Amino acid sequence: MQSITSPDHHSSGLSVRLRQDGPISLDAEFACAPGEVLALVGPSGSGKSTLLRAIAGLYRPENGRVVVNGRTWFDAETKINLSPQQRSTGFVFQHYALFPHLSAVANIEASMSHRPPAVRAARAQALLALVNLDGLAHRRPNQLSGGQQQRVAVARALARDPEVLLLDEPFSAVDRATRQKLYIELAALRRQLQMPVILVTHDLDEAAMLADRMCILRHGRTLQIGSPVEVMTRPSNSEVARLVDIKNIFEGTVIAHEHERKLTKIMWRMQILDATYSPVFVVGTSVSWALPSEYVTLHRGSEASADNVVKGNENVVTGQIAEYVALGSNVSLGVAIDGIHDSTLIPLLHMNLPTHLANRHQLGLRVSIQISLAAEGIHLMPLEKPRLAGI
Amino acid sequence: MDWIALTLSFKLALWTVAVLLPAGIYLGRFFAWQRFKGKSLIEAACALPLVLPPTVLGYYLLVSMGGNSTIGKFYESLAGQPLVFSFTGLLLASIIFNLPFAIQPMQRSFEAIDPDVRSAAACCGMSPWKIFWAIELPLAWPGIVSAMVITFAHTVGEFGVVLMVGGSIPGETKTVAIAIYDRVQAFDTSGAGLMSAVLLLLSLVAIAVAYATTGRYGKRN
Repeated sequence: MQSITSPDHHSSGLSVRLRQDGPISLDAEFACAPGEVLALVGPSGSGKSTLLRAIAGLYRPENGRVVVNGRTWFDAETKINLSPQQRSTGFVFQHYALFPHLSAVANIEASMSHRPPAVRAARAQALLALVNLDGLAHRRPNQLSGGQQQRVAVARALARDPEVLLLDEPFSAVDRATRQKLYIELAALRRQLQMPVILVTHDLDEAAMLADRMCILRHGRTLQIGSPVEVMTRPSNSEVARLVDIKNIFEGTVIAHEHERKLTKIMWRMQILDATYSPVFVVGTSVSWALPSEYVTLHRGSEASADNVVKGNENVVTGQIAEYVALGSNVSLGVAIDGIHDSTLIPLLHMNLPTHLANRHQLGLRVSIQISLAAEGIHLMPLEKPRLAGI
Repeated sequence: MDWIALTLSFKLALWTVAVLLPAGIYLGRFFAWQRFKGKSLIEAACALPLVLPPTVLGYYLLVSMGGNSTIGKFYESLAGQPLVFSFTGLLLASIIFNLPFAIQPMQRSFEAIDPDVRSAAACCGMSPWKIFWAIELPLAWPGIVSAMVITFAHTVGEFGVVLMVGGSIPGETKTVAIAIYDRVQAFDTSGAGLMSAVLLLLSLVAIAVAYATTGRYGKRN
């Protein structure tokens, strides 16, 4: 994995370290290797687009540096700040920002000033073919559908032969069906790309689908960088856990480490749970723990136990359904765990089930159920804040 | 039909357009994208001719360009003749009272250009000069055309300011609008009627052209 703590300016690829207090606060550090897709993910207002603009030279932050393939594009200390023209980035804007008075092919040729005029037409045709737009070369942007406009924008960005490709929410302006098609196209296209690709998105699924690594941002600060699976199942703290949409975040106390079974035991609401092996937390430490809802399943009684050859890799708890929300083919359940004196104090345990399964088990409000929490899904994190109440 | 007056009016209008085309593009673009202290005040000053009675504007122009004023003295020392009641003085006044008619449509059309489109052009490697010619100017063009057409028609039709600053010297400052007034004063209604009809037609064509260009712009986006 790329070093994220000290950007190496002699290596190839992109390394970014930007800091400022205001007006948009930034404290971000990440790197992206050639051919890698790094997704910058965060809620709106988390500074994702500002970071992208800073890489392109469209925004000048107060501190930090941007180095691409060993060349410094921006360094606040030595006052290096290359113009967007000098930087060689391919930028796909959220609403594409095509030149409305130029045809598709003219839009693409507009970013080829670095190539001799004689070869531009052929190169533009090749790029149109690459993004599946043959035959539409002479249409103006307003004569193209949203998906076609996005393809022109991608072709125009690639026409620059950029050292870095920057995609700013490139799928947000098209309908769902087109988006699915464009995902597949981009996934196929990226195998041919040799440069670092930064994808800005607020959509976790999109990031998980398209990116090699993702970087979680909040208020301009990088919170965690890692593979999508790593970030989404092993968030480094509760803040990241919430940002990757994990609903089950609770507090507990480490009571034992079982080295041979590679398990850590925690105490939670007078119950003992098996969790992922995390010896970094000393026995007795209070921790936060996260459990993605896909690791919560309906306990199927004795027949289920037969599947789980290794005993103890699931924690069976009982509770009452306190929240039942039908969401098309799925239902979302909120379960109040038994044995808690005042369940209003404690958030519900969330899980999802296919609707047909919920119907078969005649689930509904106030029905008591047994659920199983997979030990491999229980991820321990440092306690977010001093404990307020003894739970 | 007073051909001398009509020719003079057209000459004045063409010169006004010639000066305000580059100046209007520069100022319109500047006001569209720059943020600075006192911007509203400067914009308001440029818009004043829209609301001031032409005689008031004419009065101040007359005073500021007269023989006792700094501008008047300076011009007289250079040209050897007074600025007021001359074609140059009239042109200067015409430029000032046409400022809002030239700047505002251009400013609106520069403001309408998506800032991301300009950013995209920079990321495409286009120089600021190239961006201006290849992206900004074509996109702002309908606003520029309509500004020029309206400025032209407005100059041909202006009466109050012209009378105050220029007087009514044939071939020098007597424009067609003044000539119509003279004809009416002399009870020559057929002469006044013909020239009025010419101005009416001209104004109608100008407004139609302005509407057509802005309308086409609206459809394209």
